[in-house]
Amino acid sequence: MALAFDEFGRPFIIIKEQESKTRLRGLDAQKANIAAGKAVARILRTSLGPKGMDKMLQSPDGDITITNDGATILEQMDVDNQIAKLMVELSRSQDYEIGDGTTGVVVMAGALLEQAERLLERGIHPIRIAEGYEMASRIAYEHLERIAQKFEFDATNTEPLIQTCMTTLSSKIVNRCKRSLAEIAVKAVLAVADLERRDVNLDLIKVEGKVGGKLEDTELIYGIIVDKDMSHPQMPKEIQDAKIAILTCPFEPPKPKTKHKVDIDTVEKFQTLRQQEQKYFDDMVQKCKDVGATLVICQWGFDDEANHLLMHRNLPAVRWVGGVELELIAIATGGRIVPRFQELTPEKLGRAGLVREKAFGTTKDRMIYIEHCANSRAVTIFIRGGNKMMIEETKRSIHDALCVARNLIRNNSIVYGGGAAEISCSIAVEAAADKYPGVEQYAIRAFADALDSVPMALAENSGLQPIETLSAVKSQQIKENNPWCGIDCNDVGTNDMREQNVFETLIGKQQQMLLATQVVKMILKIDDVISPSDY
Amino acid sequence: MAVERLFKDEATEEKGERARMASFVGAMAIADLVKTTLGPKGMDKILQSTGRGRSVTVTNDGATILKSLHIDNPAAKVLVDISKVQDDEVGDGTTSVVVLAGELLREAEKLVNAKIHPMTIISGYRVAAECARNALLEKVVDNKQDAEKFKSDLMKIAMTTLSSKILSQDKEHFAKLAVDAVMRLKGSTNLEAIQIIKKPGGSLKDSFLDEGFILDKKIGIGQPKRIENAKILVANTAMDTDKVKIYGARVRVDSMSKVAEIEGAEKEKMREKVQKIIAHGINCFVNRQLIYNFPEELFADAGVLAIEHADFDGIERLALVTGGEIASTFDNPESVKLGQCKLIEEIMIGEDKLIHFSGCEMGQACTIVLRGASSHVLDEAERSLHDALCVLSQTVNDSRVLFGGGWPEMVMAKAVDELARKTPGKKSHAIEAFSRALLAIPTIIADNAGLDSAELVSQLRAEHHEEGSAAGIDVISGSVGDMAELGISEAFKVKQAVLLSATEAAEMILRVDEIITCAPRRREDRM
Repeated sequence: MALAFDEFGRPFIIIKEQESKTRLRGLDAQKANIAAGKAVARILRTSLGPKGMDKMLQSPDGDITITNDGATILEQMDVDNQIAKLMVELSRSQDYEIGDGTTGVVVMAGALLEQAERLLERGIHPIRIAEGYEMASRIAYEHLERIAQKFEFDATNTEPLIQTCMTTLSSKIVNRCKRSLAEIAVKAVLAVADLERRDVNLDLIKVEGKVGGKLEDTELIYGIIVDKDMSHPQMPKEIQDAKIAILTCPFEPPKPKTKHKVDIDTVEKFQTLRQQEQKYFDDMVQKCKDVGATLVICQWGFDDEANHLLMHRNLPAVRWVGGVELELIAIATGGRIVPRFQELTPEKLGRAGLVREKAFGTTKDRMIYIEHCANSRAVTIFIRGGNKMMIEETKRSIHDALCVARNLIRNNSIVYGGGAAEISCSIAVEAAADKYPGVEQYAIRAFADALDSVPMALAENSGLQPIETLSAVKSQQIKENNPWCGIDCNDVGTNDMREQNVFETLIGKQQQMLLATQVVKMILKIDDVISPSDY
Repeated sequence: MAVERLFKDEATEEKGERARMASFVGAMAIADLVKTTLGPKGMDKILQSTGRGRSVTVTNDGATILKSLHIDNPAAKVLVDISKVQDDEVGDGTTSVVVLAGELLREAEKLVNAKIHPMTIISGYRVAAECARNALLEKVVDNKQDAEKFKSDLMKIAMTTLSSKILSQDKEHFAKLAVDAVMRLKGSTNLEAIQIIKKPGGSLKDSFLDEGFILDKKIGIGQPKRIENAKILVANTAMDTDKVKIYGARVRVDSMSKVAEIEGAEKEKMREKVQKIIAHGINCFVNRQLIYNFPEELFADAGVLAIEHADFDGIERLALVTGGEIASTFDNPESVKLGQCKLIEEIMIGEDKLIHFSGCEMGQACTIVLRGASSHVLDEAERSLHDALCVLSQTVNDSRVLFGGGWPEMVMAKAVDELARKTPGKKSHAIEAFSRALLAIPTIIADNAGLDSAELVSQLRAEHHEEGSAAGIDVISGSVGDMAELGISEAFKVKQAVLLSATEAAEMILRVDEIITCAPRRREDRM
């Protein structure tokens, strides 16, 4: 460890407890960081593409997740290394921003790091490499825009959208019924989309899962599902044209926040108190009844007496409904959430065409369906599947598909998938490299090589000869000057991605390149790692 | 340069071949564990819990065995999961689904060793599963129209299900119980209406179906033991000194006499409540919560039968059966619906006194009283009966029926085999493997019965070469028999669920190429 000495040869203490800290500097630090980044990318590399494999993750509590979604794998991996954590962040931000391509972005970053390592060995300064990468990514970004195509669809012709969602789903375990799931996803997104403003609020789509049944039983419900049952077993199980009172106050005597005491010292007081109490419940129920509600949905619990009164007055009720669900119900039914009984008015009631309770399988599980809502913007995707893991994985896959559909509605430019866009960018970057004088040229070329690694990994995972396939596709692209030749992962017999209907969104791809470059730049700029030593 | 540590301490990572090996081995170990319980001559397992009391369960039910295991292997957990789902969804076939998934993985392992990519195997399995399902669909028999035949179908299914359980000695008796109980439900799958009461003593043969409802409670002292044409009020209300529910209220007095006054008022209040309840014109009152001595005495005075502390399920079921509603307030007697039944009496089963409600308004509900030598036997009997009831109630909805005794597996294997011959490419190996895995089930059934499985299965295969054969394994005589004559049937829904979930689980495990185990969460030592 390098230390500074004063004129008497005593070391300056620069860092607290310097002796007990490990420190890596210069090239060593960069190399160690690159190695860590590559290690993370290596884990994800085999999950890329339609024939990618899954990872089984066991959480600290022993629960098991089987997934092939990059963001999920990294999130649950419990990494300790700082650089590895950066990669996890990278995948997460891609997930937040775009929702798809979380594996691709990490693989891309890994490849960039690998190339950077080689350049470092040749003695090129890391900052020059970083700058070269930056230039190259700009070239690639612009090139993507050039090769992007407008993607035509409208509310009546959803076929192209479905095709795109199918591409996303084909790399997941659910690809057995990708067609039906893609249709569900597209329908759900279109139901909540605002095509005028080109905006989609994914919060309006709720994805619920229940173990049991088949994946094929997954359905889209134009309404809300609540995993609750009626508060009283003898309440009606089905309500037509329900008028729903959405309450956030419990059917219980009031609990004022100020500290108070009610002292009882005479028999009369005791009796009045009791009458008061009964009247209180009566009033509450009566108020709901008076405004014409036919269903009460409450965030809190009910007192036994109130429950019976509700039942008695033929007013079905659901209790302990969570806050998020309550909001969704309010949005869907056009009702207002009412915090006090006094504020209940007929206008604040939500409306739904049909509310019913449905039982599943041989267990006593029951759920409440609220359908045909006044405002059908809120929808629920209800997933059934063989086991919990399957459902969780389906949820993640559906989320990806929803994100893709949303991105297409926001911006309908697409590029072709199957590695086609990467190969095309690689060619463009390679060609542009020669125009740059200086050391950056090498970095730009390295960027082009790194771009090749995504199609390479795709080919590898699909059991094809990676180098052979890649060079064949590349030469075809240059010869025919078309950016839609990709890797034929599914063994269909053509590598024209237009025929295979494999697209990705332009913004998704652009984001991938930008994010990967940014992270790699950040990692390259680190030249000193100080970590507390093990104790 | 190697990266020293990517993960936290104690986290492990297994890759590629090793990961796949680990999951194959784990899954097969689980499958082998429950394998011996398959079929009518399957053996039972003793499970001892690690909890206090070291309670012992003897069972043959796959789901119960797997639920009680503490498993560390992630792939094995997947199998446990599917068996649980099978139990929830159709109630039976919990062992078969695990065994089939295990066999599928065993075959897959061979293929992987022969350098076939797991993805190819998966696509082959998928095609094969679809084909097998279609083969079954072609052969189903649906007797929904013919009530007489349908009932005999149900009877056969119940007998088949029960024959692999502890109840096999009296399977006819129990099958009849189960079918009668399910027929009473008239198509609903609401098994809550069927109550199972276990009372040690007597023999399994003494178990009986009662058309009424039995509540395992005692009648209050000094109250009538027998009521005819009872009017029942089912309630969920506090019958101790009523709490004041208004927050912050408390009693504060300054002299003894006032205490007495308040106490009097309290009593008065309770008396009022009891009066109100009695004013409903009832002669039986069932409450979910406690009834204190004082109100009990009042009820006794009025000649009303008061039953306290019935559990939640108990009152819900009672309300369902008697057609009353569960009440919590008693101010409007005219609008509360009372439950009715012809006769309430105290009966003795063994040494216990129970309350028996008969001649109820709603005919759906019934009670099965199980008798048996020990509580273990009773527990197992309950599980078996529950399986049978689940299957039957599902069959009532989906009345398609298949033969049993390995027949469906043979049919599927034949169809899948034919498909394999027609399919070009590497996939056909996987399809072939699927058919071998299907054949493993009759093999295991035969093995468990101590028969020459190789001989029997090959005979079966020859029989099945002809269209429309109904041959299966007759475990009792130890030969190939005609399933139609022997009356061994299974529900289509169960078989389909077994097939689909087993394939799904196998596929899931096959797709894994890396296992990352996080460091176990540290728990503070409670010692």
